[in-house]
Amino acid sequence: MIFETVAKILGEYKDVDPSTITADATFASLELDSLDTVEIVMSLEDAFGIEIDMEQPLQTVEDLVKLIEAKKA
Amino acid sequence: MKILSTGSAVPERIVVNQELSEFLDTSDQWIRERTGIEQRRIHEGNLEILAARAAQNALEAGGVSADQLDLILCSNVHSRYLTPSMSSVVQGLIGASCPCLDINGACAGFVYALEIAAAHVHSGRYRRVLVLCAEEPTRMVDWHDRSTCVLFGDAAAAAVVIPDGEMPLFKMGTVSNGQAIYAYHGPGNCPYEKSDRRETPLVMKGQEVYKFAVQSSQEDIQYLCRQAGIGLEQVDFFLLHQANARIVEAVRSHLRQPPEKFPSNIRLYGNTSSAGLPLLLDEVNRQGKLQPGAVLVLSAFGAGLTTGACLMKW
Repeated sequence: MIFETVAKILGEYKDVDPSTITADATFASLELDSLDTVEIVMSLEDAFGIEIDMEQPLQTVEDLVKLIEAKKA
Repeated sequence: MKILSTGSAVPERIVVNQELSEFLDTSDQWIRERTGIEQRRIHEGNLEILAARAAQNALEAGGVSADQLDLILCSNVHSRYLTPSMSSVVQGLIGASCPCLDINGACAGFVYALEIAAAHVHSGRYRRVLVLCAEEPTRMVDWHDRSTCVLFGDAAAAAVVIPDGEMPLFKMGTVSNGQAIYAYHGPGNCPYEKSDRRETPLVMKGQEVYKFAVQSSQEDIQYLCRQAGIGLEQVDFFLLHQANARIVEAVRSHLRQPPEKFPSNIRLYGNTSSAGLPLLLDEVNRQGKLQPGAVLVLSAFGAGLTTGACLMKW
């Protein structure tokens, strides 16, 4: 469920079909730079009602999903 | 409070992105895509000369002579002086004789100085206050660090503040965070120093600062409009600290306002710390875009972390 929401938000941001986004995709492969990542994190904070600090390195979609799972747990 | 006039001065030396790629592992495309910056101005001499030019420029525009000033407030983070203050050095250069005070509100310094000036003129204590921002962040960065040095430029800009008109609304804030953006002085040769402190050029956690800036700026703008009882659509111009074109664009997009209401000149000057906002204000003013009664919202954010926002009628 978390992955689907992350994929949806990424899809909206990149204007691509969310079903094409895989968990192992890196932000670099999605052509997202460090500031794009912050924008996506901010959207996810709103969507999940959590706060994510930017201390931990985020490389892949799965990194983000795991981080949100940990915050929601 | 009213801003009677504005002025600015930028260094003659233009440094385009391409020039930086000659000694840094970077490129024009990389810098433009991440920051919107195409070039910056870097002064080759002493900052006080640039500051005095900006001050004189604002005084001339307002028809005010230096000896009529009641106070000079200067926002400055770095100059060759640790002491005396930049404002007192500039006072001598322009021929004023009033009290002088420097403040360090980092990149939000213009709004902090404007709030102090507004309180002074509103109270009746002073009638003409020169708010000056003079900054040389190019002397604080490590020129081998491509993640910071490409972002900055030098500038000075000023505004003459007088008592006429309504008191603007201000929203000032500080969230103490000494690690998000910092630079350290060296300890000198004090024989009693026990810490391992040493001079450290500017360190900035880009993602953390970006997030703080985008969130705080949009919240401050919305707060001020609510306090004023107006909608965002009733604001003529939103003038944001010119740190990064993508911060301005993110705030604009979150607030769903048209691009023409967010003037920007970061393309030409880079981030000039607190000088950036009055530099932009002076540009928009000299372009004749500010009609009497126009509603402006200023919003700035910087090391501290500080924030300052102001809703005012021109």
